[in-house]
Amino acid sequence: MAKKWNLIVDVERCDNCRGCYIAVKDEHAGNDFPGYAAAQPAHGHHWLDIRRKERGRYPLVEARFQPVMCNHCDDAPCIKAARDDAVQKREDGIVIIDPVKAQGQKQIVDACPYGAVSWNEEKQLPQHWIFDAHLLDAGWDKVRAEQACPTKVFRTLQLEDRDMQRLATEEGLEVERPELGTRPRVYYKNLHLMTHCFVGGTVVHLIGGTEECAPGVTIVLRQAGREVGRAITDAFGEFKIDRLPPRSGRYDLEGTSPAGRRVATVFELGSESPYLGVLTLS
Amino acid sequence: MNLSVLLWGIPQAMRTISKLYPEYASRLQERDLIAQFKLRDVPEGRWIELTGGKIRSRAGLHASPDITIHFKNREIAESFLTPPFDLLERIDAAKNFKIGLDGPDDLAVWFMQTLTRLETVTWKRGTDIGNGVTRYTNGTNSGPIFVYVKDGKIIRTTPIDFDESDAPPWSITARGKTFTPSRRTTVATHGLCLKSMVYSKNRILHPMKRVDFDPDGERNVENRGKSQFVRISWNEALDLVSKEIKRAKAIGPGAICVANGSHHQWGNLGHYLSAFNRFWNLIGVTKLVHTPDSWEGWFWGAMHHWGNSLRLGCPEFYGTVEDCLKEAEMIVFWSSDPDATYGFDGTERRDWAKQLGIKMVHIDPYLNHTAAHLGGKWISPKPGTDAAMAQALCYVWITENLYDKKFIAERTTGFDEWKAYILGENDGISKTPEWQEKETGVPARDVRALAREWGAKKTYLGAGGWGVGLGGAGRSPMGAQWARMMTILGAMQGYGRPGSNFGNLQFGAPLDFNFYFPGYGDGGFSGELMGSANSANNYQRMPHIVTMSSVRQAIPRMWFPEAITQGKAMGYLTDVSSIQGQFFPFGYPSPGHVRVEMLYKYGSSSLGTQVGSNRWIKAYQHESLKFVVNQSVWWEGETRFADVILPACTVFERWDIGEWYNVGAGYVHHMYSMNNHRVIALQHKVIEPLGESKSDYDIFLAISEKLDMGSLYSEGGTSEYDWCKRVFDSSDLFKKISWREFLKKGYFVVPPDPESARAPTANRWFYEGRKKDTPEPYPLPSDYVAGLGKGLQTPSGKFEFIATTLKRIDDPDRPPLNQYIPVYEDGNREPELAEFPLQLLSPHSRYPFHLMGDDEGSSVRDIREHRILKDGRYYLVARINRKDAEARGIHDDDLIRLWNNRGSVVCAAQITDRLRPGVVSASTASAEYRPVGEPGKSTDLGGCINTLNSSKAIARKTHGIRPNTTLIQIEKWAGVDSWQPRAETA
Repeated sequence: MAKKWNLIVDVERCDNCRGCYIAVKDEHAGNDFPGYAAAQPAHGHHWLDIRRKERGRYPLVEARFQPVMCNHCDDAPCIKAARDDAVQKREDGIVIIDPVKAQGQKQIVDACPYGAVSWNEEKQLPQHWIFDAHLLDAGWDKVRAEQACPTKVFRTLQLEDRDMQRLATEEGLEVERPELGTRPRVYYKNLHLMTHCFVGGTVVHLIGGTEECAPGVTIVLRQAGREVGRAITDAFGEFKIDRLPPRSGRYDLEGTSPAGRRVATVFELGSESPYLGVLTLS
Repeated sequence: MNLSVLLWGIPQAMRTISKLYPEYASRLQERDLIAQFKLRDVPEGRWIELTGGKIRSRAGLHASPDITIHFKNREIAESFLTPPFDLLERIDAAKNFKIGLDGPDDLAVWFMQTLTRLETVTWKRGTDIGNGVTRYTNGTNSGPIFVYVKDGKIIRTTPIDFDESDAPPWSITARGKTFTPSRRTTVATHGLCLKSMVYSKNRILHPMKRVDFDPDGERNVENRGKSQFVRISWNEALDLVSKEIKRAKAIGPGAICVANGSHHQWGNLGHYLSAFNRFWNLIGVTKLVHTPDSWEGWFWGAMHHWGNSLRLGCPEFYGTVEDCLKEAEMIVFWSSDPDATYGFDGTERRDWAKQLGIKMVHIDPYLNHTAAHLGGKWISPKPGTDAAMAQALCYVWITENLYDKKFIAERTTGFDEWKAYILGENDGISKTPEWQEKETGVPARDVRALAREWGAKKTYLGAGGWGVGLGGAGRSPMGAQWARMMTILGAMQGYGRPGSNFGNLQFGAPLDFNFYFPGYGDGGFSGELMGSANSANNYQRMPHIVTMSSVRQAIPRMWFPEAITQGKAMGYLTDVSSIQGQFFPFGYPSPGHVRVEMLYKYGSSSLGTQVGSNRWIKAYQHESLKFVVNQSVWWEGETRFADVILPACTVFERWDIGEWYNVGAGYVHHMYSMNNHRVIALQHKVIEPLGESKSDYDIFLAISEKLDMGSLYSEGGTSEYDWCKRVFDSSDLFKKISWREFLKKGYFVVPPDPESARAPTANRWFYEGRKKDTPEPYPLPSDYVAGLGKGLQTPSGKFEFIATTLKRIDDPDRPPLNQYIPVYEDGNREPELAEFPLQLLSPHSRYPFHLMGDDEGSSVRDIREHRILKDGRYYLVARINRKDAEARGIHDDDLIRLWNNRGSVVCAAQITDRLRPGVVSASTASAEYRPVGEPGKSTDLGGCINTLNSSKAIARKTHGIRPNTTLIQIEKWAGVDSWQPRAETA
C-alpha cells in the first residue's frame, strides 16, 4: 500500500501566534504554481484559518484555537461537484483543484461542507490549501505551517492508511465532523477543547469569619446519579471538570473538603462552559 | 609593493574584472571621468580615463583630471595600496590627512566605490537550491529567516532550520528530565509577513512633493496632512532638501530637528543608530531624546532600590532558565505576556516548565496570550492598582512569617520602616488583603492564598513582558510604584536564592556570552561615541572615523509638539550611566541655540506610537515649522504630514548584517539570551530596490554629495556591502567561518558553552554575599561603594527598601518609601472624566511590532485578532468584556467608537470574557491614520489608539509616558462624526 500524506493538528498546543496562517499567505500570494494553484489574492483569503473559542466565563476562562484548512478528504464532496475532473485525488492522498480546469466552477466552493474552499473573484477560481503538494513533491518533509509553527502544533506524516488509523486510535485523534463520511486526512488532537464544555467554580470557606480559598476539596460531578467527572480544588479553591458534551442536560455537583465540610449545587449545561461562581462550604 | 607597479595594476584589474563580470562592465559605463593618483611631495602618479566604459591609463600626471587621489609620500601610498589592506592604517591615513581626495564629491565617491567593487564583485552569495531558486538569509525584528528568490523576485521567506553542520544545542536536565531546544529559529508574524510588505501596494516608490508647497513662495504649512503629493525626480528632491538644510543651518545651531522612531528594520548598518546618526552628526542637529520607552516604571522607579541603571532598572538574568527549571515550584507572571511581546523560543521553555508541573499564576487585567496558552490561576486587578495588591502580599508575609529574614538582615536596608508602613503603624492603614480588595477588586482570599503559596514555594517572579522588566503595568501612571513593588517582593523572598529569582523563562538561556558580535546598540558605523555603546567594543574592533555633532540642543520626544507649538519643552535625560543620571533636566530651547524650523522625520510612527498623538498634528501644521522631510518605506499615518517625501527601501533591497536579538551593550546587554541559539545572519540584498526607492544609506550619501560630504560620510566610498565585511572582520566570526562561506550560507550558529563553563546564575553572588560573577560589565567601576564587584549600585551597596537616591530629588510622585498613591485616571476624583467610565489598556500589539507589520499591504492585516475587514476597510480590534458590550448593545465585529477628550477612534469590537469588566484593550500602534474630517480634530478610522492616551509624565520629575489606564467611553459607531477635542486639564 502506498504511503499517503496526513496532517495532525494538536489544538492544545496552538496559541494563535498565526505563524502558520502568515506562512500560507506568504507561499501563495503573488506566486503561481502551475498544476497546483494559481496565486492567492493579497488579502481576504484564509486557505488556512484559525478558529477562536473562549470557554468559561470571567474570571474562569480559557482561550482555545483550532487551525482549519482543506481536509483533503478521501471521499471529497468537491471532487463529485467538479466538472471535467477539475478536482483530483492524487495517489498520495492530496486533493488538488486544477487551477485551469476549475475556472468558473463556483459549485466547488459550495460543495465543501467545511467551508474550506475560497472563491477567487478576480480569477473566477475556487482555491484551497494544497497541502503544500508542490513543496512535498520537491522534497520537503513537512508543510510550511509546521515549519513556521513555534509551538509544534502540526505533524506532517507520510504513512500507509492502516498505520495512520492505528496512530489515530492510539492518540485519540479525531476528524472534523466525521458524521459527514468525508474521511478527512487532517486529524485533530485534543479537539474536545473546541467541541466540549467544562464546568468550573471556586470553593471557599469561612475561617473565623474570614473568607478563605478552600484547597483540596473533592468535587464530584454526577448526572442522573452516575459520576461523570471528578476534580480537586487547587490552592485558590478553583476546579474544572472537562469533556462535557454541550447541551447535555442537568448535572449535580458536590464538593467535600478534607474536613468533611460540604457544598452542593445543580446546573443545566447549555452550549457554553459555565462558571458556577463562588461556592461556600457549609 | 612598488608604487608604479601598484598603480599600473589598477587599470589592469579593472579591464580583467570587467571582462569576467558584466555587472562590473556596466558599472564602468555609468560615468566618464579622468581619475588621477599622485604623490604630493614629488611629481609622480598615474591617471585613468573612463569613456563609455573604456579604460585608458598612463603613468605620469594629467593636466586636468576630474578627481585626484593624493598621497603624502611614496611610503604611505605603497602601504595604502598594497593588499591585504590594513583598515586601521587606511583610517589613520584618511583622518590624519596622509591621503586626500580632490574633485567633485559624487565623482570621487563613485570612483572609490568602483575600485572597491574590483574585489566585491567576485563574491558569490546565497545558496543555489535548483530550479533557478537561490536561498538567501536576512534578519527581521523577530529573528533570522531564509529568503527564496527566483528571477529577481522574493517567492517565500521562512524561519531557519539548522543543518547538520551547525552547532549542537545545549541541554538542561531538571528533575530527571532532559530538555533540548529545537534547532531552528522561531519568528513572529511581523517577521514572517515581510514579503507582503516588500511588495505592498502601499510602498513609496518615488520622491514626492506636497502640491501646495513652494520653497520659494507659499509653503502652506497649515495644509500638511491634507494636501496631495506630486512625483518629483531624485535630483529635484535632493536639491530641495540640501538647499533647505543649508538655509536652516544659516539660521543658527539646532534649527534642524531630526526624529526617528524607537526601532528600525533589523541590522547593524542601516539602523538609525548607524547610518542616520553618522549623517546627522556631520550636519549638526537638534535630536529628540527618547524616554526609556517601555521601561518606564523600571527606569524611573525600580532602579532606586537596587541600581541596575545600565539595564534601565531591570535585573540581570544569566542562568535563570536552568535554575528555574531545576528549582522553582511556581512562576508568578505579573503583567507579563512574553508570547505577545517577543518571539517564541521562551514559549518552548515555558512548555518544559509546564511538563515539570511548575505552577503558574498570571496577574493581568487581561487573560493574556501567555496565560491562555500556559493555563494556571488568573488574577485580574483593576488597571493601575497592582501596587496595592503587592503591598497586601507583603502584609501576609510579614504577619505570617513567610519571608527571607536572613537576606533582609544581611543584604538590605530600611526594612523596619517598610514593615511599619505595611502594618499601618504610622498612617493607621494596615495594607491588608481586605484593604487592597477595595482598590484592586481582587478578592482578599486570593491574595492570602497567593501570598501563602509564594511564601512556601520557591518562586520565580516574571515581572513585565520579559519577566525581567519591560512594558505592561510599568507603562501606567502607577508604573514606578508597581515596578518598585516588584523589586520589594523579590527582596522579601531573597532573590538569588536557588529557585527564587526574577524571570519567566524568556531570558537566561545558557549561551556563549563571550563570543563577540556587535548589536545595533553598538552604533554600527555611526562613529558616534556618546549616543551608543560604540566606544565599548565596536570602535576599537572596527576602525572607522569618529563623528560628533556640535549642536547640543535636544527636545524630549514626548513633548516635541509642545516644543514646536509653545516654543519650549523640558525633560530629563535618559542617562543610564548612574542612578542619578536621570535627575538631570534639560530644556528646549538650549542656550545659544535657535528654534527648530525644519524637521527631518525618519519613518512615520508618531501618530501610532506617541501618546496624545493629536498633539503631533498641531505641531505639524504650526507656522514655525517651515520645512518637513519624511523618509519612509511605506505610506503610513504620519507620512503625508510632510513637504517632501523620500522613498527608502526595505532591508531586502540593501545589504546589512546582524545577530538575532542582539541589540548590543547600548540597550539590553546579552538580550540574545531570549533565544535558544545565537544566530548571526548576513542580511543579503536579495532584490533591487523597488521603483526609485533607495537604501537609507544611499539617500544620506546622495544628500551628502550635494553638501560635498559624500567622501566623508562614506569613508571614501565604502558601500553597505563593504561595511558588512568590515563588521564581519571586527567580530569573532572570522575565527569560525570564512567570509566567502558566510556569504553563501548566510548564517552562523554560535556554539553554546559546555555545561561546565556556563554563566553563573543571576543574583546568586549577591544572595550569597560574594563578589559579582555574572558576565555583565555593570555597574560602572566608579559606582561601587564597597569595592569593585562588591554589592549593588545603590549608595548603601545593598537592596534599599527606602530608596536613598529618591531622597536626593524630592519628587512627590516618587517618595523614598514606596507608599501606595492612587494615580490612575479616575472619574470619581476628576469630575471632567466622569463621563468616561471604562479603562483602556493599550499594550504592544501581538502581531505587528509597533507599526512594522501593520502596513496596509501586509498579510498581518487579515489576522482577525488584529484587524477586521468591514465595508472594504480593516479596522483595529478593540477587546471588550462581554457585560460591558451587552450594556451597550455591542456585538462581535460591530464597529464601535472609543473616545475621550483627547481622541476618538473607530475600532471593531471583539467581545471577550478574558478582560476584567470595565476594561477595554486595544493595541498600539497603528500604521494608518485616517481621520473622517479635519486631521487632529475628528474621529480616526485608522486605529491610532494613542490619540486617546494622556501626554502626562509618569511622575513629575521624569520624562516617561504612562498610557495604560486611560479613561474612555465606547458606543456603536453610526458613521456620523461630531467629536471635537477638548483641552486636557491638569
